[in-house]
Amino acid sequence: MKTKPIKAQKLRPLEKISSGISGLDEITGGGLPKGRPTLVCGNAGCGKTLMAMEFLVRGATDHNEPGVFMSFEENEEELTRNVASLGFDLDALSAKKKIVLDHVRIERSEIEETGEYDLEGLFIRLNYAIESIGAKRVVLDTIEGLFAGLPNHSILRSELRRLFRWLKDKGMSAIITAERGDGLLTRHGLEEYVADCVILLDHRVNEQLSTRRLRVVKYRGSVHGTNEYPFLISKDGFSVLPVTSMGLDHPASSERISSGVERLDTMLGGKGFFRGSSILVSGTAGTGKSSIAAAFVDAAARRGERALYFAFEESQNQILRNMKSISLDLEPWVKKGLLQFHASRPSLCGLEMHLLNIYDAVKKFKPSVVVMDPVTNLISVGTEIEVRSMLTRLIDFFKTEQVTAVFPSLTSGDTSISSPSEVGIASLMDVWVLLRNIESAGERNRGLYILKARGMEHSNQIREVILSNHGIGLVDVYAGPESVLTGSARIEQAGREKADIDRRKALMERREREIARERGVIAAQVAVLNAGLEAKIDEFNQEITDETLLDQVNAKSRVNLAANRQADVEPKIKATNGHNRVEAVRK
Amino acid sequence: MKVKTVKDQSKNFLTALNEAVDGKYCLRLYVTGTTPRSVRAITNIKRICETHLKGNYTLEVVDIYQQPVLAKGEQIIAAPTLIKQLPLPLRRFIGDMTDSNRILLGLDLRPINNSDDKNGNGR
Repeated sequence: MKTKPIKAQKLRPLEKISSGISGLDEITGGGLPKGRPTLVCGNAGCGKTLMAMEFLVRGATDHNEPGVFMSFEENEEELTRNVASLGFDLDALSAKKKIVLDHVRIERSEIEETGEYDLEGLFIRLNYAIESIGAKRVVLDTIEGLFAGLPNHSILRSELRRLFRWLKDKGMSAIITAERGDGLLTRHGLEEYVADCVILLDHRVNEQLSTRRLRVVKYRGSVHGTNEYPFLISKDGFSVLPVTSMGLDHPASSERISSGVERLDTMLGGKGFFRGSSILVSGTAGTGKSSIAAAFVDAAARRGERALYFAFEESQNQILRNMKSISLDLEPWVKKGLLQFHASRPSLCGLEMHLLNIYDAVKKFKPSVVVMDPVTNLISVGTEIEVRSMLTRLIDFFKTEQVTAVFPSLTSGDTSISSPSEVGIASLMDVWVLLRNIESAGERNRGLYILKARGMEHSNQIREVILSNHGIGLVDVYAGPESVLTGSARIEQAGREKADIDRRKALMERREREIARERGVIAAQVAVLNAGLEAKIDEFNQEITDETLLDQVNAKSRVNLAANRQADVEPKIKATNGHNRVEAVRK
Repeated sequence: MKVKTVKDQSKNFLTALNEAVDGKYCLRLYVTGTTPRSVRAITNIKRICETHLKGNYTLEVVDIYQQPVLAKGEQIIAAPTLIKQLPLPLRRFIGDMTDSNRILLGLDLRPINNSDDKNGNGR
């Protein structure tokens, strides 16, 4: 059987309008429902009024949608003054006919019920206010004020139902705030009437630190994030920090950037870290975490990139002074505006506030490198789960912004490689550099190794970190058959090896000299023998000559003799005989 | 809303005092058009005034549909609303004015039914 495909273009999804509140639009997939009422409920002091006010002000300033603020609690003057701290100038907006404030004052003691009535007066007021500026947005804050002022709740309920219907018919995007009730979302069960979108605000104090949270309880005709999201009220207004809205779809750069320590780059396949990766530098106290972070920052500044340093332990001046001791002068970078410090104690504010401050700073400064030193200090602010979720958001954020982040992390205890909390963090990180104290022979030295480096080849060797006034150096440790030697033990070992080499070298040289000498002696002997031979040959030649002469003399005398005897045949002379013999010897 | 100055307030008090001496009632009824409820309220209040305050009152009926600005200025929420401006204290009566006992009480025209019970005994 064939079914007709639903024609998508004919379906018009629910229209939404931007709430103007950063983060809320992401959770709700675009904002609050357009032309419908939204209920915002929560306990006293959780920020309902501010949220509603920001909705109106942002609408008026950013989206050209004027708004009416009908207050049942605070009067116009109080409201104006209260939101001035967020930078909203209600007086100016009122003067420009962008916003109308209307304070509804109900004195229970003045009012006497004398029969049936309705809230037409309120409708007329609202209508008049809406039409006077052509409003598109309406806020009713807090509707409970009516319940306190008017005794007949059944009339009130039916009238409120009519009011919300009326607002909907007029196409007003409205926020109605309500107090939270026992077991109910609102004290008077308003969620039954205003049910298109319900947002719950909550303010909790945990371990003496307060966290505000927001949850979209209901959103008719739209998908929405269902979690509780922390939110903040800061000097820039209301902001929600969604974690799930950031998908895992950030870009992955294959560009490599130097770590600022030459040998560390070598250990990482010779090129350093990936841009946009997160680097955990963990170690116990005094292992040089901050120094490595500072070297990284320095390298970034040398490349002309911006760096942001969040310090949770030391002040800016302290860091600058301390890094000078290892010849890292960061001050010029600060002056040039390439490096910025944000130093604060973690307990100064809640995690969310920190997160927001970091967001803000990164958005404004646009660094390519960020250091959070040390990230573990944040754990004192929240529980482990909270910190982890915050870090997840933070890392996601950094990755989306293509910021390379270094997280020095303090571990306690030196026996174990890592503490459990760190393992939680470690799985989020791309690179994990571990610094360790190696204690032996009465001294302490710093060892460095790379526990993990996603997507790049890396050395599995331990290197010794040497912090001196020449900077940070990594040297090979002596990895002998028995143990790893560092520090003076390593130097001693190296010395011993050098002495050994020297000794063997000297030995070889002596052998060489001996051979040379021997060669001289033998050559001399050969010369003597040769000389002897020459002498013998000479002597022999002399003998031959003598003999030849003798032969000739003899022959002559024989000829003479024969002549004397008058012989008929001349005797044969063999004069060459002796000469031939000499030739043979020479050969 | 502007906060009234002390001068204004004392002036009001003096007027109120004079009015009170005169015993003149100054009433204003805010209605919404000619809905049955509005009509009922008008007839009811007229009847009460004629019966109890004959010749000693001024009653003004205002249609807030026509003068919506007044709804804000006079802090009108419910309709119909009767405001007793004088004599002081200011009082508001909401509803269609069918509960004449309450109105009379509010206008200080009838002592509380059991005058013995004034001090709240037996409640």
